[in-house]
Amino acid sequence: MDSNSQSSLEHVNNHQPHTNIFARYHIDMPIILGMILALCLSLFVLYSASGQQMDMLIRQVIRTGAALILMIIVAQISPKYYAKFSIYLYLIGIVLLIMVELFGDISKGAQRWLNLGIVRVQPSEIFKVVMPLMVAAFLSRDRLPPKTVNTVLALILVGLPTALILMQPDLGTAALVAVSGFIAIFIAGLSWWWIICAAIAGGAALPVMWNFVLHDYQKQRIYTLLDPTSDPLGAGYHIIQSKIAIGSGGIYGKGWLQGSQSQLDFLPEPHTDFIFAVLSEETGLIGFLILMAIYIFIIGRCIMITLNTHDSFGRILCAAYTFTFVFYIFVNIGMVSGILPVVGVPLPLISYGGTAMITLSISFGMIMSVNTHKKVRIFQEQ
Amino acid sequence: MKDTFGSLQNKVLGSKKKHKTRALFGPEKNKKNHRPENDGGMVRKNLEAENALFHSRMFICIGFSILLIIVLFINLYYLQVISYEDYQTRSNENSIKVVPVVPPRGIIYDRNHVVLADNRPVYHLVMYPNKEINTRKSIEELNVLLGLELSEKEISNLAFQAKTRKRFAGIEVADLLTEEQIASFSVNSYRFPNTQVEANLKRFYQFADIATHAIGYVSRINQADVDKLTAENKIDNYEGSTEIGKLGIEKFYEDELHGETGSREVEVNSHGQVIRTLKFNPPKPGHDLTLSLDIRLQYYAQEIFGTMRGAIIAIEPSSGEILAMYSNPSYDPNLFVRGIRANEYKRLLNHSGHPLINRATQGGYAPASTVKPLLCIMGLNEGLIKPLGSFFGPPAFKLPNSSHLFRDWRAWGHGWMDLYRAIEISADTYFYDLAYRAGISTIHSYLDRFGFGRSTGIDIKEESLGINPSRDWKRARFNQPWHLGDTVPIGIGQGYWTTTLMQLAKAHTTLANRGQVRTPHLMRFITDPSLNNEKVREYQQHEEPPVFEIKDKENWNVCRAGMYLVVNGPEGTGRRAFYGAKYKAAGKSGTAQVVAIKQGEKYNARALKVEHRDNALFVAYAPFFKPRILVAIILENEGGGSSKAAPVARKLMDKYLVDLYPGGYMGETIPQQAKLGMGGTVMMQ
Repeated sequence: MDSNSQSSLEHVNNHQPHTNIFARYHIDMPIILGMILALCLSLFVLYSASGQQMDMLIRQVIRTGAALILMIIVAQISPKYYAKFSIYLYLIGIVLLIMVELFGDISKGAQRWLNLGIVRVQPSEIFKVVMPLMVAAFLSRDRLPPKTVNTVLALILVGLPTALILMQPDLGTAALVAVSGFIAIFIAGLSWWWIICAAIAGGAALPVMWNFVLHDYQKQRIYTLLDPTSDPLGAGYHIIQSKIAIGSGGIYGKGWLQGSQSQLDFLPEPHTDFIFAVLSEETGLIGFLILMAIYIFIIGRCIMITLNTHDSFGRILCAAYTFTFVFYIFVNIGMVSGILPVVGVPLPLISYGGTAMITLSISFGMIMSVNTHKKVRIFQEQ
Repeated sequence: MKDTFGSLQNKVLGSKKKHKTRALFGPEKNKKNHRPENDGGMVRKNLEAENALFHSRMFICIGFSILLIIVLFINLYYLQVISYEDYQTRSNENSIKVVPVVPPRGIIYDRNHVVLADNRPVYHLVMYPNKEINTRKSIEELNVLLGLELSEKEISNLAFQAKTRKRFAGIEVADLLTEEQIASFSVNSYRFPNTQVEANLKRFYQFADIATHAIGYVSRINQADVDKLTAENKIDNYEGSTEIGKLGIEKFYEDELHGETGSREVEVNSHGQVIRTLKFNPPKPGHDLTLSLDIRLQYYAQEIFGTMRGAIIAIEPSSGEILAMYSNPSYDPNLFVRGIRANEYKRLLNHSGHPLINRATQGGYAPASTVKPLLCIMGLNEGLIKPLGSFFGPPAFKLPNSSHLFRDWRAWGHGWMDLYRAIEISADTYFYDLAYRAGISTIHSYLDRFGFGRSTGIDIKEESLGINPSRDWKRARFNQPWHLGDTVPIGIGQGYWTTTLMQLAKAHTTLANRGQVRTPHLMRFITDPSLNNEKVREYQQHEEPPVFEIKDKENWNVCRAGMYLVVNGPEGTGRRAFYGAKYKAAGKSGTAQVVAIKQGEKYNARALKVEHRDNALFVAYAPFFKPRILVAIILENEGGGSSKAAPVARKLMDKYLVDLYPGGYMGETIPQQAKLGMGGTVMMQ
């Protein structure tokens, strides 16, 4: 009996609800599948957008592979550790942002990079991951919906890095970071009174922002958004060309490698921020629908995971990552198709580039972690 | 077994859970929130409320996400479906550029197929402004590299052009590059990626000032040309053309010479670089023109004119083809093709010889005695005179009841004469009398039939009409009635009558042709180089009526004989000039007063200012019976027609009949004796 119970205990300890390799290693198949589909689409568009450069595709494959591995590694760690360490990550991030302000490299008129000797990092990117994590960890310490004190503290947690990123100045990232933090607070149960007050305060602050916070080039982008034709060869040029690319794609597109706007250098950065214009020109509305199907598949899976999560931290974290992802998609496509000002936001999972890929894979890794580590608790309740 | 499993699981998982909650939320908070053992109902309630809140928030977020995706879809639908055609057009406009291909301009030949005007490649430096390249710096570097000698102002001007020009349109940094400049640019072209050497064809007149007034020139298209072309609906054909005929043949036959512009549809990238040609629609080259001019005769005309101001015209009377038309001084038309500089133009304008005026077609002169044979046609046809009717030529002619003297050119008069002698010696009184008796109305109508006061129909547009005076004309011009005294000097080609040399030549052509009217013209035929130089058309005479009808055709011969006497008669005014000619010519001299000489005074050239001295005129044709050439000449302020103009006319005739085209008809082989009244008896050949 003793030996028997001993063996049973071991057996139970090792037992997993779904005894396949994916479940064992905390991997969520649908998310992986969605990401691989997105990679395929990315490679397809990238080949055209990069001017048929094979080495760029290879790098993208390697990056995506590395990102998937990173995601799986992230998924192995239980969410509790993330909650525990969030405050340290947050503080490190703040320190790095301050260092950027003091010693950062200037690129395109803004200080965004910090040269740490070995690597150049963009601390503002760290907050795309850390911000929802920090807010989720902080708010889930107490009862939900959060008390006023907690709400105020959470808003300060969001506001501090946002303000630092704004000073760089990087309006786009600041907005994304602020929005991801705000989504976390909202999911946690932010009182509607707060939201209404914030909306009123925000409305009142707009003129102040306009006059004292925004830089000229940022204002110019907003002017340009309102009327791209006002400066067709200057700031409005990118938006006009991008809209022409998208519009001329029609329903079925001009065909792969056949987009004149994309292939003849009319689009700015066709392989990164404006890759959606290439996709739309060459594959038309159909391409948009395919892209959206992949995204909705991934988002849907993330929402399912979120709804199946029963602890506050996991819920807030997953929901914040999921809807931030939606927000990224909206900002990029909105900017490329001319309904939002041009801010440097890549199209998630499709654009060429390493930083965004790493940020996203860590987010998805955490969602997977939340999903796979909670199963144990469900069992316990039965 | 299952039960044990469950309890075991409970045990194991319970411990796990404890560990987890502690780690996650910290010990104190954990106690507060998650104590199912102690305060189950409260926690359950709390949990339910939290769940409900969470689900409602998720619901809002999901709804909002769907809204965002719908917004994206609607925007995409608007761009790609509703505005598709608009954006497709703009996309095509972006990347497909239709480049006009300018047709080569037709070449102009002389009658012996010597090229008078052709197209030569010239190279210019064109820069396509690019945002990534500093235009001004590039221009400054090019300026130093190629020694363009651009001033600071010119560089600023180019930089401004670069900013304001249309997308893809280049700016011309330098034109007419030398081969050395091309070479040094080619070596350094990597430094100027947005600059290139472009070749195009520019008109070139290799004979410079020899035939300027006939051929004219092309020059840069200006706003007036654009307006005119737009009005004539030809502007589309000039897409890309930079030059247009401004003067002479180049202007008159612009439509023939220009050709039809072709096009090239090319795909360009955002920097304006051509990626590939999609469609090529070749231009139709302009038609080549063969003129009736003989450039050797033109050359010779310039040579014999020297520094004298004036013009000379040589016509083949049977066809009306202009063999030579030269106005001295002349100028180099290539300056205008290049783009004449202000100081150069000023110098031409202020030149005392007024080189810009075509004296052959634009100068209005009194024809003087050269028209006397023409007036004889009128007199004979109207029955006012008879070939052998005698007339006494006093020193001066007086109107009845008037003391005003219309003097003869010879102070003592000419005595008895008939028509032949009157022409031969150019007796003024004979023609005063004739004009007086004919009256201005008759004179006007005959002059009109001879083409005075009207366009000759020559194929250049620089032509003035002269004045064929009449009562109506004087009324309109001066608001004065016509006086008898105005009629009398008309008889010797003076007074209100002015004519161009071309009109005079045309009138004499009619006489030389015995009534057959010919339009003087420069173009012989037009060929199409793309059709193996097939003739497109030849010059068509369009005189209306084609023949100058008179009652007795013999009268032509009477007046022609008078002119024969001028050159060959014992008293002929031109006999000295034509002494020893290898052919028999007929002619008439004229010496035109530029200012009126007061009653009782004598003409003294030395006492007069140069521009007030007499104009020398001479009209002649040869060989007499079937003239091959008719020459009309005017020399401004040179003096007597027979002494100054006639020798020059003869030189040109000699050149044409003896030197250039020997072996042609030189007159009848058997001379005929002709008794010409008081003019004397001469041998006609």
